[in-house]
Amino acid sequence: MRYAETGFNLEIDLARGSVEKVASDPRLTELHLGGLGTSVKMHWDRVSPETQAFDDGNMLIVSSGLLNGTPAYSANRTLCTFVSPQSGLLAYPMMGGFFGAELKYAGYDKIVLRNKSPKLVYIWVHNDKVEVRDAEHLKGKGALETQELIKAELRQPKAQVAAIGLAGENRVFTASIEQSRSSASRLGGGAVLGDKNVKAIAVRGTKDLYLARGEEFMKHMAEVTEYINFRNTNPIPDVMTILSGIGSPQEMKHTDEKWHTENFMWGNARTRRRDFWSKPNEENWTRTQLEAIQRLISCFNCPQQCGALVEAHDQGPRYMMKCFGKLTYSMAAYVDDLGFNFKILQRATEYGVDSFSTPQILAFAVELYEAGILTDKDFEGCPKDKEGRFIWLLDRVARREGIGDILADGVYYAARKIGNGAEEFDHNTIKKHEQLPLKLGMLDPIYYLMYSTNEKISITQIEGNFPQSAFPTREQREAFVKDWVQVPDERFKQYVLEWEPRGEKAIPYFPTPDMCSEIVDWMEMLHNVDDALGLCAGMASFCLKPPYHIHNYPKLISAATGMDMDEASLKKIVNRSRNLHRAFNNLRGMARADEKPPEDHWKRRFPELEQELLSTYYRFKGWNMNGVPTRERLMELDLGYVADELEKRGVLKVGEN
Amino acid sequence: MAKTKKTIKTIRVDADKCNGCRACEIICSAYHAEPKYSSVNPARSRIQVMSHRMKNIWLPVFAGENANAECMGRNVYVIDGKEYPECDFCRASCPSRDTFKEPDSGLPLKCDMCESDPPLDVPKCVEKCLNNVLIYEEREEEVEEEIRPEDIQVGLEALIDKYGVQKVLDTVSRMTASKRG
Repeated sequence: MRYAETGFNLEIDLARGSVEKVASDPRLTELHLGGLGTSVKMHWDRVSPETQAFDDGNMLIVSSGLLNGTPAYSANRTLCTFVSPQSGLLAYPMMGGFFGAELKYAGYDKIVLRNKSPKLVYIWVHNDKVEVRDAEHLKGKGALETQELIKAELRQPKAQVAAIGLAGENRVFTASIEQSRSSASRLGGGAVLGDKNVKAIAVRGTKDLYLARGEEFMKHMAEVTEYINFRNTNPIPDVMTILSGIGSPQEMKHTDEKWHTENFMWGNARTRRRDFWSKPNEENWTRTQLEAIQRLISCFNCPQQCGALVEAHDQGPRYMMKCFGKLTYSMAAYVDDLGFNFKILQRATEYGVDSFSTPQILAFAVELYEAGILTDKDFEGCPKDKEGRFIWLLDRVARREGIGDILADGVYYAARKIGNGAEEFDHNTIKKHEQLPLKLGMLDPIYYLMYSTNEKISITQIEGNFPQSAFPTREQREAFVKDWVQVPDERFKQYVLEWEPRGEKAIPYFPTPDMCSEIVDWMEMLHNVDDALGLCAGMASFCLKPPYHIHNYPKLISAATGMDMDEASLKKIVNRSRNLHRAFNNLRGMARADEKPPEDHWKRRFPELEQELLSTYYRFKGWNMNGVPTRERLMELDLGYVADELEKRGVLKVGEN
Repeated sequence: MAKTKKTIKTIRVDADKCNGCRACEIICSAYHAEPKYSSVNPARSRIQVMSHRMKNIWLPVFAGENANAECMGRNVYVIDGKEYPECDFCRASCPSRDTFKEPDSGLPLKCDMCESDPPLDVPKCVEKCLNNVLIYEEREEEVEEEIRPEDIQVGLEALIDKYGVQKVLDTVSRMTASKRG
């Protein structure tokens, strides 16, 4: 009897069209929990370091998390793992929505896709019945449109469908996998699914999922629920509105965008507009948002409402929106009207593209045109107005037509293909991946480490529990730490108390490199727990004072699964998975030289301090000075076989510790 | 005539507030599992959120009576310009659909308002809906104590109305004689 998980994966060989229901080894749950942890292990075991994104051997795993489908609020994340066409490393974008839980009710923890289908298909999972179905009639259809068409043709309104749009079919490197109000967007999962010729995966499940000690689980959840209600009525004072609550950033609820519009960069991560939030702009943005939002909506089993059903006046059909996508296109295109964003995002959602990377790619193309590196020939037929130009470029990218075919590989590769100085305009990528358009003044040591080192390669989902900046007054700091129950150790409170906005105890020298290592380790540990459990980071690792934290995760896991679990053993498990993930990427060549934020990320840089930060953090993690886990650390984590492989391939020197 | 008190239990559904999370379905199925909370399966839930995202429809519906036969006709409601798919408002488990049936046995499900001993403050779905879409209300109603005629009397009266007293009496005598043989 397996609890919280089903104990089965669905293995689909797309080349042969064969489907197998495979029992998973319970020992893997003990070693890696589930979700990201167990998926990383499967990639390690089965995908060679030579395998590239569009090779037959690149597996794409769609996975639930260990707590998906249980009564744990907000345990609804579905993880997609694959070798990314953009970074060449093991990517793991995730989506909220409804898929992971439905998959478990159908009787599976993961769907493993291998090889490529000879023609476009979709997969229909209905409990024990699994079909690989023809999808030629869905070719070119939008990602949302496809979900509705499949539900209608199956006559299954309760089926959950994850689908790609045209961008995925065309292997655009920023193609997303869309599902309900959510999407797995980063690093090209849609492109890999499209390369495998899979248009969509539909699932409907009506089976039981078991809890080992249900009554006990519900008692722990009662405490969590009480805290959710407390936090929803007690926002944290003295921080920006967007950081004050729980859930993913409440972009659909809040209309005040002074902070984003004046602190984030416009264009190709280029210009800060400190006076943008004028009365007319504020009115335009507020009115546009309030008129367009039909309803605030949630993911599965979540009391927060981070998404919205949107219908912009005269600007196309309905779609669902969340988070920062609300404004990225307007900002990248230098269009002051928010209505433009609502209009183009509908198109982008149906195409199925990442709304972080894509606007930057389009802005990058506009810059190259203005600089004369791209010419009228490349832009033949393109409207002259900013709005029309962006829509035209988006169409070219999604269809891989003309210049769009080059841009579709993302800023890093496009810059190198275009050449002629275009590389200079690639100023906001890390490990070949477009980053948030944020350029600040003073080097932030905590963010420096997170940007540089995390396997996610996307800062927004690494940070979280530690405040983003120092509180100005001692009183504010004392008030903040007073009821800070989430800290894994009391010393973190002291760091906050001592941290000043200016002077000796301010960034970049404080927190010290040792403290920064502890802080970053804590935050990424939380993210790794969430990603194994399928918990939304918005209710745990990604926000200040969240309902889930290191002191209640083990109780919930124990009650749900029946496994003995305490804080130390949980930390060890996610540390094991994180090191396995890093080793997988190290084998693909990732090393210290890759771990650096863009040159212009901060105006004031401190090269010596930065290297000290990186070395301190590597030592703290038990990695060598090239960012590779040492044999000693790997042995502690029962990963001797990983050390053997790293040594065999010369990534780790024999005897080096 | 004497009056008695009757408790009316209502769950008020503010469907405009529903954000479609289905926490109600999850807790309903877990609460009614044997043993309690040993499993989760929203398909067993006695509340179902009828969701049609692109139509802006999220409609929580509670399981009512079982119907042995399908309706002779179906209807489609249009409210505030939104067309609700057929049967969405219906609370019955019936042969036309899988809703409100145990997925394995097909036996009908019916909301029992989580009646238990000792009683809960509110049904579980109401407790777990943190957005107050589901509001539990209880009120007492005074009802007149009816003196109900026996079923047999109701039947006989109908026969007398149709055939007259004499015909009914004759028929009963004849049948009595033949039964006693």
